[in-house]
This record gives sequence, structure tokens and C-alpha cells, in this order.
Amino acid sequence: MLNLMMTGNGRLKPPGRKMTDTNLLTTITIAVFFVMYIGSMVFLGEGFLKPQTMLNLISTNAYLIIIACGMSLVMITGGIDISVGGVTALVSMSCAVYLDMHGGNVYISMLLAIGIGLAFGIIQGFLIAYLQIQPFIVTLAGMFFARGMVTIVHTNPFNVANKDFVELKDTRIELPDFLGSTNRRGRFIPAKIEIGVIVALIIVAILFCVLKWTKLGRNFYAVGGNKQSALMLGINVKRTTFISYVMCGLLAGIGGYVYFMHVGSGSPSHATGAEMNAIASSIIGGTMLTGGVGNIVGTLFGVLSLALIQSIVSSIGLDQAWWTGITIASMLCIFLVVQSIIIARRKKANLKNAAGNAAKEVAT
Amino acid sequence: MPNKKAMPPKTPLWARLTKHQIIIPIAALLLLALFNLIADPSFFKITLKDNSNGDPVLSGNLISIIDNGSELAILALGMTLVTAASGGQDISVGAAIAISGSVMLRVLCGSDSRSETLQAPIIVAFLMACLVSMAFGAFNGSLVAFFKIQPMVATLILFTAGRSIAAWINNNELPIVKDESFAYFGNYIPGIPIPTPFLIAIACFIITWLIMKFTNLSLYVQSVGINEKTSRLNGLNPEFIKLMTYVLLGLCVAVAAFIKVSRISTINYSVVAKDIEMDAILAVALGGNALSGGRFSMGASVLGAYVIQFLTTTLYKFEVNAAALPAYKAVVVIILVVLSAPTVREKLSRLGKKLHKNKAAAETA
Repeated sequence: MLNLMMTGNGRLKPPGRKMTDTNLLTTITIAVFFVMYIGSMVFLGEGFLKPQTMLNLISTNAYLIIIACGMSLVMITGGIDISVGGVTALVSMSCAVYLDMHGGNVYISMLLAIGIGLAFGIIQGFLIAYLQIQPFIVTLAGMFFARGMVTIVHTNPFNVANKDFVELKDTRIELPDFLGSTNRRGRFIPAKIEIGVIVALIIVAILFCVLKWTKLGRNFYAVGGNKQSALMLGINVKRTTFISYVMCGLLAGIGGYVYFMHVGSGSPSHATGAEMNAIASSIIGGTMLTGGVGNIVGTLFGVLSLALIQSIVSSIGLDQAWWTGITIASMLCIFLVVQSIIIARRKKANLKNAAGNAAKEVAT
Repeated sequence: MPNKKAMPPKTPLWARLTKHQIIIPIAALLLLALFNLIADPSFFKITLKDNSNGDPVLSGNLISIIDNGSELAILALGMTLVTAASGGQDISVGAAIAISGSVMLRVLCGSDSRSETLQAPIIVAFLMACLVSMAFGAFNGSLVAFFKIQPMVATLILFTAGRSIAAWINNNELPIVKDESFAYFGNYIPGIPIPTPFLIAIACFIITWLIMKFTNLSLYVQSVGINEKTSRLNGLNPEFIKLMTYVLLGLCVAVAAFIKVSRISTINYSVVAKDIEMDAILAVALGGNALSGGRFSMGASVLGAYVIQFLTTTLYKFEVNAAALPAYKAVVVIILVVLSAPTVREKLSRLGKKLHKNKAAAETA
């Protein structure tokens, strides 16, 4: 998007005066998150006052952050990938079977996870980018394939007992003292997070840089914004789309392993609905479904908002299972409608500008 | 070749058929039938047996296919319209079935989930479910038509919330209808050996066919699907037509939910009609309809739905685990969409022409 914008009377406006849509949507999300967090601290108190509660939320949702980052990449290029939840389940089941029943090595199980993710990414990316099949159909099939494969690999849920893996799973990273808290007996408990959180934050940082400052990242936005103009600018549209799906598959593999490290078991019912949560977080984070607009930091806050609203809903007594589904759906609905209104307004403004310019040209 | 020039207008029936999109589901059906015939000829046996109520009914694999495929066929009718008009698919049909099924049970059972008698006539419950389901269809449709959200994403909202809403309507209880006449619609009416769902599906198909025949609906839907701007310039209202297709799909959903609930006289919110959205989309794709909107053929979609049920029954016959079923179906979908992708088709036809040319060259030589 151009930073220099033409104002009504033809003067160039300095950059940064008017917010771009990306920034506006991200700002809304971040503001909503902090309002919710502060609100829950003030009105609900107790658990929400401890930093550990928030850290637990992040630990539980580290895998979702990684998956949603991949989803955002794909959505920025104008596609969608709903196979990520299935891939997550497949990765955790395959790694569990490999570690427990074939006496596998932890490092090779990581490679296995990345391999599964990459395989899904490459096949789906090829079908979508080079054969030009609708992304939704391809990845829907991918999702069902992955879910079916999970039960073919192993039918029953089980916990992994591999010694090295359990050690890795139970590793916690202690944070500086000021985040810790004292329990009722007055003993100090340091704040802890899981390894997955570090992985997720590193990935967010890398992707942020890639999207902001590399050629590849800018190509993603260009392809998502307008395929035709991207092609005319000399961007290899097919390859860019392909890369976005491969990256999404790779991230789904990594996210699957982080999920596996969190739950430590394999089960066909793992990560059900993860793809919908990932899409919802990306949308809430300001990524537009039409492509070309999006932000990794927004996605991070999208995931956190989603997690926070779930824990708020359950802590104010609406703990029946159905409330979670209904809140997520209504949140998604609100953000979708807001997006569509923003798009409509931008279109109208563009039309008005164009009409104004044309009128001026006629006058001169 | 003067011979060919002499009689051009007479194209043989099979040549016309191969050009029509209905050839895709027919070919798939024949392939599956052939496969079953070779593997186990007894697959096609139909017998007349007495069921648990003592009525003679037809039974056999073929009967179970036309019985269990009915909901899918009914959904495929609505899904074809939605696909043609908006160029996207509704992925919330499974969740919508859960909602309208639980509305039906709520009306039938009243406040007591174990009541011995019906609290309301079945037709009232059915109409109520139709209304609710059409309202949800209108919700999806207005998101797509007025807010211009991609159909699959707009319906994602109901997909996420649907089963939760269904559980909420009945307060998470599982009401059981004890009246016998309610079970007729999902099983057999005494004295008629053909499963009722199949009869309902045929009735729906005939009604749809009549509507298509005597109104301009089909033409309007196709023109909106092919080019929205042009159809607006021609005086159509694309938003209204899109909205209407979603409302019609809602009606189809209510009928399908009626059959689904009647089959077992109760409902399980988390598993009822699970993954049926995948099958419905697959039915439309298998019918040779473009998933990006435009031209469509109802008959092909319905046939596609039964082909999918044929596939499911075949897989069950070979003792495939029910949970692993999606993996096999996914492979079939991928093969189908790859074959029907424009780029692949172009390459294949080019290859065919080349082969043809080579052959001709060889002949002349």
C-alpha cells in the first residue's frame, strides 16, 4: 500500500498521518484484547490478577499461535487452508506411535512432524497453485484425509511413556522473579512457561520480519491484493502461492509437534476445530479473507483474545460446553461484518476519489 | 474426409451424452458397480424380508444405498443452487441439520423430554423446523449477499456455533419421541416395502424439477453465477437471488433433518449428520457442476449423491473403519477435482489430439 496518499485537493499528504486498513484492524484487536484483560482483572479479580494465568493461557495456545501464523500467510495471499487441524492430529498421533511402539528417538520424531507438515503443504500447494483448483476444496479433502489417516495409524488414544520425550515435555522455563507470585503459605512460586511458547514467539518474530522486510513477504501481499497487477509487476504468482501453502504446511507440522509436547498423547479427537479457531484468530487479528491485508502481530493477539474470552466465559459461570462455541462464533461474526463494512467504505472512497479526479481533469 | 461432411447433423446419442456433464456421475457409478460385481456379485442381491414390526420390506445393499443416500440427495438439490448462484458452498449444513432436528424434537416433546404422547402434531413441528432452518439460511445468505463475505467463511460462523445452539435449544437433553407414526418417515410405512426417505427424496426432486421447468429460477441463478454485474444490468437483483438460494437450501436442510431425526426418533447433537457437508459438496462436484458457480444440472448432483452413498456402502462392505472413511473419500475427491481442473483437462485434450493426429498420420502413411 502506498504511504503517500493524495488528498482531495491534490496535495501529497505526509506518510503516517492516515492509518492503513491493516494497522486499523490490528489496533482494534489489540485494544479489544487489553480492554478485555483489564476488565477481567477489575471485575473478576482473583486468578486474572496473577501473571501465571495469562502465561498458562499462552502455554496452552502456543500451538494455535503457530498454526494461525501459517493460516495468516495463506490468507494474505488470498487462499485458505483448513487442513491444519487434521495435520496437527496426524502429527501428534504419528509421533506418539513412533516414540512409543517403535522405540523412536525424540529428534527423529521432530523431523517426522516437519516432514508430515511439509508433505501436506507441498501437495496442497501444488494442486492449488499450479493446477488452480479451489483452495477450500483441496484443503477440505486434505483435512478429511488427515483425520482419516489418524485412525488408520492408530485407533485408540494413549499417553506416550517414552522417557526422553516425557523429560522434554515436562521441561519448563522459569521467568524473572517479578512475574512470580506467592501462594497462601507464603512460599514463592516462580512464573513458568512451556518450551512451545518460545518456539511460537520465535516463529512470530521471524514471520514478522519476513512479511515486513523481505521480497518474499512483500510478494505475498502483492499476490493477495491483486493477482493481475502482481503478475504485471513480474512476480511469479504461482510460485508465491505455492510457497505460502508450503510454509503453512510446515508451520502446521511444527504446531502439531508443539501441541504434542503440550498434551503428550495421541488421539483421533485431538485438535478438533483447531482449523476453525486458527481462521477465527486470523480474522480477529485483522487478516482479511479477500487477501492482501494482514499482520502477524494481529494474529498473535487474535489467538490471545480468543483464549482470553473463552476463559472469561467459563469463569463467569457460563461453563456449559455450548457457550464456547457460541461466543467464538459471535465474535467471528462481528469481526467479519466490521471487515466487510471497511472494505465497502474503502471502495466507495476510491470511487469518489476517482470521480473527483476525473471531474478536475475535465475542468482543467 | 468427405464422408463426415455429408451427414453432420446426426450425432449419436452416446456422443451427445459424453458432452453432457451427467456422464461424470454415470461413469463413476458404472465403475463402482463393475468393481463390486467383480469383487462380490452377491452385493446386488435384493430380498423381501419381514422387519421387526412384521411388515415385509425390501432389503439388500442397493436398498440401503437409496435409503441412506436420500438426505444427501435432498441436500445436494439446495447445495447445487447455492453453488451455482454464489460460487461457494455452504459448510454449515451439518450443523443446521442438528439445529432444525432439535427444534423439531423440542416442539414434539414440549418441556418433558420423555413424554409418552406427542405434544404437537408432526406437521407443526416440521413447519416450525422449516421456519427456523430457513431463518438460519437467510442469515448465511445475507452475510454472503449483502456483506459480500466468501460463502465458505460466512457459513463458518454457523458451522462453529450450530451444534452448540442445537444443544442449547434442548438444554443438552436428548428427547426421545415414543410415537410410532413419527418413525414412519425415516424407516418404512407399514405396507409399503420401499424405504420412505427414498420416496421423500423423489418427491423433492420432482417438485424441484417442476419449479425449474415452469419458472425462471434456473436461468436467473445461472446468470447471477456466471456474471453478477451483467445480470444486474439486465434487471435482475443478484443479492436477492443469492439470498433466496440460501433460504431454499435451508428448506432442504429441514427436510433432511426431518428424515435424520425420524430414523432414530432422537438426536445426538455432536454426531448427527457429521461430515455431511463434505459429502454434499462432493455430490455437487461429482455431478460435474463448476464449484465456482454458473451452469448446473440438478439431476447430475442427485446422481452424484447416490454415487457417494454407493462408495460409502462399498467401503463399509470391505470393513473399512468408519472413522477412516474420510481418508478414502478424500482421495476420491482429489482425483476428481484434479481431473476436472481446467488446466489438466486442457493438457489431456491436447494429448488426445496429438495421439489422434499421430494415428491419422500413421494411417495415411
